[in-house]
Amino acid sequence: MTSGLDVRGITHRYGKKTALNDIGFSLDKGLFCALLGPNGAGKSTLFSILTRLFVPDAGEVMVDGHSLAREPGKALARIGVVFQQPTLDLDLTVRRNLKYFAALHGLAGKDADRRIETSLEQVNMAERAAEKVRALNGGHRRRMEIARALLHGPAVLLLDEPTVGLDAETRSSITGHVHNLASEQGLTVLWATHLVDEVRGSDHLVVLHRGKIHANGNAAEIAGDVSLQTRFLEMTGGGK
Amino acid sequence: MKAALICLVAIVHREALRFVSQRGRFLAAIVRPLVWLIVFAAGFRAALGLSIQPPYQTYITYEIYIVPGLCGMIQLFSGMQSSLSLVYDREMGSMRLLLTSPIPRWWLLFCKLFASTAISIFQVYTFLAIAALTGIGFSPAGYLAILPALIVNGLMLGALGLLLSSTIRQLENFAGVMNFVIFPMFFLSTALYPLWKMAEASTILRDICAFNPFSHGVELIRFALYGQVDWMALLWVLLAFAIFLSGSLWGYDPSRSMVRRKA
Repeated sequence: MTSGLDVRGITHRYGKKTALNDIGFSLDKGLFCALLGPNGAGKSTLFSILTRLFVPDAGEVMVDGHSLAREPGKALARIGVVFQQPTLDLDLTVRRNLKYFAALHGLAGKDADRRIETSLEQVNMAERAAEKVRALNGGHRRRMEIARALLHGPAVLLLDEPTVGLDAETRSSITGHVHNLASEQGLTVLWATHLVDEVRGSDHLVVLHRGKIHANGNAAEIAGDVSLQTRFLEMTGGGK
Repeated sequence: MKAALICLVAIVHREALRFVSQRGRFLAAIVRPLVWLIVFAAGFRAALGLSIQPPYQTYITYEIYIVPGLCGMIQLFSGMQSSLSLVYDREMGSMRLLLTSPIPRWWLLFCKLFASTAISIFQVYTFLAIAALTGIGFSPAGYLAILPALIVNGLMLGALGLLLSSTIRQLENFAGVMNFVIFPMFFLSTALYPLWKMAEASTILRDICAFNPFSHGVELIRFALYGQVDWMALLWVLLAFAIFLSGSLWGYDPSRSMVRRKA
């Protein structure tokens, strides 16, 4: 079986500074993987590479069996992304925003409308479709971005610190929702965060620190007999 | 193919919506050339004598002379403004969204270019309509004939904007674009004075004007207004378009682009 996301030997430098050093991990379909790392660990660089914003100095990314370098169109069509920064047009309605995105994936007409309805229902936002994004609160905007990322039916969902700036209740509801997407719909999820409490024991966990992988496996097994928080601080030198 | 067209329509539509929502921008785009036409040209009419030169077959007033230059000015500002919006898009992240589309990147950038050109042409025709109401009009055929010239000129200036947007990293730098791109391009061109008039002042200035692709864009529009094609100008504008476009595709190439530098 091809894995959902296969990252092989990614190395990337900014001038002399090595941002990512031989990063490799493979995620099966339906797996929720938390990419945990303190600020500056290289998470955003990795996301930029996974979304082909730029090409790494070395290594390869396979998305649902397609190489991002050799078949960028096919690979990108299989990816849904939620960026750390909100990327919505505030003065357009929810539906207009989603239509624009659908068109960027070559979807239009009834097919696009149907997908928009379905994805909004999934995040319980069907009744907000005609509202301007400016009128939505942070939590709803994030939900909408998740709905948007799923419009074109991707196999892999990438989320770059999606809960930044949200209150505890919204955070937990969004984390729960995305966990369900992985377990119920077979989506491969890569969830970047620096917050340990968003990681569940059953999740797959990749710990990134200073551009290197420090742990890669089941979260509960990595934590062992101490809490994940303690283990994480040990690995990253207590945040120093 | 179908996906590419859907994408084009969506990008043009989005830019049009954005343009409509920015009434101030539209107003400025129309008032700016009108001020030049009504105030500046009126003052200059007395000071500046124009001889008969192609495409004109008779003596013309200065107002008539500067209309093509002002059309070019609208497109120049519009092209630079869309580059500003690209820098803004990049800071706001919507550029990232665009670039993660599975549609080839060169096509996405072309869609942006096409959208900004369409908007600039709409502004030019609005300006021409108001100018006609004030008595500065041209033949109906002329209005139609400038459309291809406006498309080529708009694409050339839009591509220049695209190229600049791939190198400008922050919005603050846009003031520099105003000083170092818009003003020199406009003033060192045939928009306000013909080449021979420039030559009277300085041959170096004349040579710069003759080299400036914006001059050729303006001449293309000027000749088109009288149903003629200035082939040399067309060639020059197309060449500049090719250079600016290749530069911007290079700038937005994921393997060596500006996005590579850490924002």
